[in-house]
Amino acid sequence: MKVLTLNFLSCAVKTCKSSSDSFPLHPKEAELAKDDVEINPQLLVNVLPRIDWAALRTTSTELGFPTLPDQPPTAEELEADEKMLQELHTLLMEMQIVEGKLVCGHCGHEYAIREGIANFLLPSHLV
Amino acid sequence: MLPTPDTSHVPYARVYEPAEDSFLLLDTLSAASETGFLASRFSSSRTKVAPPPLVLEVGPGSGVVLAFLTAHAATIFGTRDILTLGVDVNRFACVATRLTVSKAVEESASTAGSFLGAVQGDLVGPVRSGAVDVLVFNPPYVPTDELPVPPAGIAEKSKTTFEEDSHLLALSYAGGRDGMETTDRLIAALPDTLSERGCAYLLLCAGNRPEEVKQRIRDFGPQWRAETVGTSGKTAGWEKLQIVRIWREPVEGDTAV
Repeated sequence: MKVLTLNFLSCAVKTCKSSSDSFPLHPKEAELAKDDVEINPQLLVNVLPRIDWAALRTTSTELGFPTLPDQPPTAEELEADEKMLQELHTLLMEMQIVEGKLVCGHCGHEYAIREGIANFLLPSHLV
Repeated sequence: MLPTPDTSHVPYARVYEPAEDSFLLLDTLSAASETGFLASRFSSSRTKVAPPPLVLEVGPGSGVVLAFLTAHAATIFGTRDILTLGVDVNRFACVATRLTVSKAVEESASTAGSFLGAVQGDLVGPVRSGAVDVLVFNPPYVPTDELPVPPAGIAEKSKTTFEEDSHLLALSYAGGRDGMETTDRLIAALPDTLSERGCAYLLLCAGNRPEEVKQRIRDFGPQWRAETVGTSGKTAGWEKLQIVRIWREPVEGDTAV
């Protein structure tokens, strides 16, 4: 699954949903792979307001990517910054998490990712 | 007619095979009424900028519907800028969905949106609150005496027995009382799952008492709408299957959209 997916997932445990610590989930021992995707600058510019920037910043740092600025670039800034476009394209559209775990910062539950598929089914005591 | 995604690689012994219900979803979502609705909500125009919608299919099974929506994004949503995601309780369905989507996207690269991936989970459990703009659900809607329990164990193995395969298939169609036990859980989660501009497409059969289901959704509040937007298989005046679109409209005197 694409790294961008982490911007839309949270811990599946009901009592974690209301806690800000359950988002974003924290990748652990993550193995990454890179798809070759043609860059679409317009999509990147459009997707910016759709993204939780602080969460993406956390994910990017935890996966060892270049540290993103504190604030998201404006559409004009991004359009004019080829390096930033390329970096965001790689991070959002090309990077896949293949193996590893996703850890909830609230309850500590670990969701395994195997062959690119994360398993969010909960053991019966957590449902 | 938009081409139907190829699902020839899907192991139908353990993953639901595309059937009349799946094709009704394809027909409905590509009909002019729905592409018009979706484009007005999710594609940018001179007067408004619409950020890319997150399209979530719950229980994609073979992936035929999610692949169709992803591959034909430009035609259906009026923009290629959409993000798509699948959540299925069956790991084999997640694997199948990923391949079905990537094949369909390859076939229709010039109109395709961006597929994020498929994750294994129970309904919208893994999805962040308020994140979903378009939710599609072809539920286990057949009324049955018992509701099969999601098996965390079975799906972790790559080899399955005949009984385990049967159980995985049962999860895809057996709906318990009125065929609504799983759908009711999804409906209850909608207000928390959908974004303010979000909408959902839900497939129901006549045995699900669709008029009562729609009324329950309208009872969420004055903003909520639930209308039948596609039907198939009329028998003796009853629609065998129907697609209900669920969405919110701003009400007068309310500034929130």
